[in-house]
Amino acid sequence: MSNINLVNINKNYRDVAALKNVNLTFERNKIYGLLGRNGAGKTTLLNILSNRIFPTSGQVVIDDKNINDIPKQISNIYLSGESNLLPESMKVKEIFKWTKEFIPSFDGELALRLAQAFELPIKKRVQSLSTGYLTILKDILALCANTEFVFFDEPVLGLDANHREMFYKFLLECYVNNDSTYVVSTHHIDEVANIIENIIIINEGSIIRDTTCESLLSEGYTISGKIEDVDKYIADKNVIGFDTLANTKSAYILSAEKITELPESLQVSRINLQKLFIELTKKEASK
Amino acid sequence: MRLNPDSQKPLYLQIAEQIEEDIFLGRLEEETQVPSTNEVALGYQLNPATVLKGMNILVDERVIYKKRGIGMFVCTGALNNIKQKRQNNFYAEYVDSLVAEAKKLNIEREEIIKMINRRYIDE
Repeated sequence: MSNINLVNINKNYRDVAALKNVNLTFERNKIYGLLGRNGAGKTTLLNILSNRIFPTSGQVVIDDKNINDIPKQISNIYLSGESNLLPESMKVKEIFKWTKEFIPSFDGELALRLAQAFELPIKKRVQSLSTGYLTILKDILALCANTEFVFFDEPVLGLDANHREMFYKFLLECYVNNDSTYVVSTHHIDEVANIIENIIIINEGSIIRDTTCESLLSEGYTISGKIEDVDKYIADKNVIGFDTLANTKSAYILSAEKITELPESLQVSRINLQKLFIELTKKEASK
Repeated sequence: MRLNPDSQKPLYLQIAEQIEEDIFLGRLEEETQVPSTNEVALGYQLNPATVLKGMNILVDERVIYKKRGIGMFVCTGALNNIKQKRQNNFYAEYVDSLVAEAKKLNIEREEIIKMINRRYIDE
């Protein structure tokens, strides 16, 4: 199994277009970040990628074949979804055994090791887990799936800062140790920026960016200095936001051009990705 | 290794510079093994592709080389090459900024030369 390609995908729910003419390629052995606001179409996209729902038009193509014609390949795809499909009354350790039945590549030993690291109580039943621990359980199942493609829908939902960091650490570990492709949907762009290689931004059903993190970072920069100096510099620039503190100001500038002449009183630093993301996905009306 | 995520400088360049610095300071000796891409990636929570890109800059500059199936090693003569490169960059890196700062502070040319001489006498 090689790449997964989405070709001219449209998905309508009654008269609402959830996905509009989406064309994407997911290559083997990469980590992708799928970013979008609430309702942008992230979950719909992941559900189509893993053949849980069908597109209204267009197709999912693997090795030049439509995904529907190669049912065996679907077992090479694991989706850790938003909706909870786990049997409520089962204990965590039973879930691990049960998952192994369905996914032969599932690494049960790793699952136990991760459960211990996250302090997930394996004797508890699914129904008695908190929101955070339910997410952790789903994350562990996906991290240990060892399928060729692993899709995470909001893997840090309800996790505290500590657990989020642990999740990213284990994600990298799994990525380094096998040649799976991981796709992570999230709103936390700054948290994932360093660990993902490619970034896909979806807005109102359309793909607005499909690029490397590095080239997204080159779309802008931050300028800081004294308020007057910064204001003078940014007068003819495309400013997407700013912060002021006492008499200093940081302005976030959108510009693909290299900085040529910078007054000595100003400092330049990396663009704030979160600000860039907010700007790119703003509704026209609120601009 | 110290990386600055807020710097305008891309992370892969920072990685290349930090490994170079480790060799320059003698923390990594010639013909010793450089930490692997995966070790650096896991240690600093970075995508391995970013780390590899940084390493490849040093491979192109003949500072490190790849031993098939084993990993990356520091080249013989790497330290000399790095010193040579830094000597070439010395004017742009240090003299330029020294003079620029001195001008801002109205420090005269003669005064700078005196300071440099004093620094040598103190040694």
